[in-house]
Amino acid sequence: MFDFDPVLLARIQFAFTISFHIIFPAFTIGLASFLAVLEWRWLRTGNEYFKDLYKFWIKIFAVAFGMGVVSGVVMSYQFGTNWSIFSDRVANVLGPLLGFEVLTAFFLEASFLGIMIFGWGRVSKRMHFVATCIVAIGTLISAFWILSANSWMQTPQGFSIGEDGRLYPTNWIEIIFNPSFPYRFVHMIIAAYLTTAFVVGGVGAFYLWRKRHLPQARIMLGMATIMAALVAPLQVVIGDFHGLNTLEHQPAKVAAMEGIWETEKGADLRLFAWPDEKNEMNHYEVKIPHMASYILTHDMEGEIKGLKEWAKEDRPPVATVFWSFRVMVGLGLLMVLIGIVSTIQYFRGKLFTGRFLQGWWILMMPSGFIALLAGWFVTEIGRQPYTAYGVIRTTESVSPAILGAQVAWSLLVFVIVYMFVFGAGSYYILKLIRKGIPAIKEKDHYYQHGIEALVIEATAHNGDKNV
Amino acid sequence: MFDFSSVIDLAMIWGLLIATAIFLYVLLDGFDLGIGILFPFAPSHKCRDRMMNSIAPFWDGNETWLVLGGGGLFAAFPLAYSVLMPAFYIPIILMLLGLILRGVAFEFRFKASDKNRYFWDYIFHFGSLSAAFFQGMILGSFVQGVKVSGRDFVGGPFDWITVFSIMTGIAVVFGYALLGSTWLIMKTEDVTQKWARKVASYVLWFVVIFMAIVCITMPFLDERIKDFWFSVPNIYYLLPIPLVTFGLFLLIFYDLRRNNVEYRPFFVSIGLFLMGYLGLGISIYPWIIPFRYTIWEAAASGPGLSLMLVGVVPLLPLILGYTGYCYYIFRGKTSHEHLY
Repeated sequence: MFDFDPVLLARIQFAFTISFHIIFPAFTIGLASFLAVLEWRWLRTGNEYFKDLYKFWIKIFAVAFGMGVVSGVVMSYQFGTNWSIFSDRVANVLGPLLGFEVLTAFFLEASFLGIMIFGWGRVSKRMHFVATCIVAIGTLISAFWILSANSWMQTPQGFSIGEDGRLYPTNWIEIIFNPSFPYRFVHMIIAAYLTTAFVVGGVGAFYLWRKRHLPQARIMLGMATIMAALVAPLQVVIGDFHGLNTLEHQPAKVAAMEGIWETEKGADLRLFAWPDEKNEMNHYEVKIPHMASYILTHDMEGEIKGLKEWAKEDRPPVATVFWSFRVMVGLGLLMVLIGIVSTIQYFRGKLFTGRFLQGWWILMMPSGFIALLAGWFVTEIGRQPYTAYGVIRTTESVSPAILGAQVAWSLLVFVIVYMFVFGAGSYYILKLIRKGIPAIKEKDHYYQHGIEALVIEATAHNGDKNV
Repeated sequence: MFDFSSVIDLAMIWGLLIATAIFLYVLLDGFDLGIGILFPFAPSHKCRDRMMNSIAPFWDGNETWLVLGGGGLFAAFPLAYSVLMPAFYIPIILMLLGLILRGVAFEFRFKASDKNRYFWDYIFHFGSLSAAFFQGMILGSFVQGVKVSGRDFVGGPFDWITVFSIMTGIAVVFGYALLGSTWLIMKTEDVTQKWARKVASYVLWFVVIFMAIVCITMPFLDERIKDFWFSVPNIYYLLPIPLVTFGLFLLIFYDLRRNNVEYRPFFVSIGLFLMGYLGLGISIYPWIIPFRYTIWEAAASGPGLSLMLVGVVPLLPLILGYTGYCYYIFRGKTSHEHLY
């Protein structure tokens, strides 16, 4: 019974803990910036609805941030517990990047979060806004370092290999700004923003559907529509650039993403296929002729290397990468579509009343998370069979001392605890959403009573002009 | 590529920095874990709300020091990281799970209905308790040393369970409880404060006993520790540590009996932790994997340590500065009201 493969189990455990983790930072990156915008709008316009929304989303932010912190602490130890050889060999290169992430971002976020949540009335309005901005910037700095480290694992450079097999840095600029980093960084930040936009938009649509908090709901759906209309198409463009970059540096990953086995000129785009790794072919293909070549090389007759160019042991798992990629792209295109339709409806004056579209926004609430995870599956599973692409194999990265049973048990416990935590977290977030936006009732330092009533009265009538 | 390794002793500096980070973690998360340990024993619901509110703005930041400890060890002493993490695989994961559960209990408790709040209170308690206990066990078995061959850990998965490590586990639980209760004396008033004072006096006895046990057993763990402490002239240089510890114990005993002293007990408990930490640190120095690898053998290469040093010199004071600012913002006594 205890005859498990420690490498596979260690991979599953790492994949599980990091997939669980990434959901929260991705959400909080977007949410922090969203909160900063809300507070800025509130300070600029004095419209109390923005403050209502701030106070509403900060609670959800606190839950998501807390879950991000605790699942993140796990990550800083997983490298060592499961991948000790990898850690030992690459620490000289990657260590400083992770060290800088903690020093420049984590402390910033965690410290000012306290002021953001609990600081109302204890600091000035301006200082509170500064705290929100610092947290928002902190999340971006954190993404900068961790994506630099991750991208280095995809496209390593700027190091030499010592006689002891360990890596020694030779050029920090090359390491930090490795070839895939700029694309992956922008792609990820935008993904985080879109993820949040679709959650916010979904909540707005939900309230409109239920005819609750109408002015605030219009602001939410309106802001989300702007994001979906402008940023979702931008993401498609960035994704295209990212794909070209991957083709240059990790062609085997692209071949798996496209399900291409034979090197071909004018490769077809497979919309649907069932990749069969044993027989090195696809079943049930549905193809658009020459499209893959066109998308990847911007030339109808461009050459794409097939998976057979690489020895079997050097290929990534094909089916998972192929399908994850389609999930991501499919959801991305759906987001673009919703953005376009919502914009049209806005100008027709039907965005805030059309129930059908609102239904779609509600359904799309988890879309960002799913697309994001699918995207990470593409890039991380597509990196296999290496941990540092072309430099260190996954099989030679794993901790030698840990036993399969040990990993299996701890994986089981992680799954149980995380499911429990995730279930409870989702339950409380949904409960907050169902409960709705609380009316400002407590005495507040920041507004006079007479003016407040006027402002709310005035904005209730033209709430949607503020989107 | 700049490299200061020919100019300064990078391993030494980084050893001190990591030791400082771990110490700050122990102090900061120590008091909020301590509050979790004491949680179910509080006299009323209102007290518990007050206790929670006294640490709510800080716990995220406090826990970040643990990330710095892990990340810093990886960056500065990768050999130690890649040997110690597999060696303490099980206790580290159990500690992390404890931290996860207590961390989310924090957030969920504020959102839960009154009925469910009891549930999260217990999750908070047991999460804190197990995090503290396993940290203590890791400390104990770290001091005892792990089996190493070449650059790998070669011991078994349960090597960390020893009488000594169980003892240090319990010791850390009581130590954190002392920090937590003295923090409460400082941050609360009335019933909660009175209760915290009683708890602190009670817990203090256990801290005295466990510190004494550690002091007596440490020299027998390894000949080198014994020789180091009891040889002339070292014994004279090191004598201040036990003397100051003794003095601090007298002071805190005295303070806990006087109802108008609210701040000093917390800082005296910090002093006690500092003395214990110094004693341990001096005993282990210069080993980073005790009795097998020194800090110089385990250090990362010069360029990485130099780059990080350039970052740390301005950043660490900055971090300490704004951490201090946040503690200043939330100074004074805590209420039991919902904060947000």
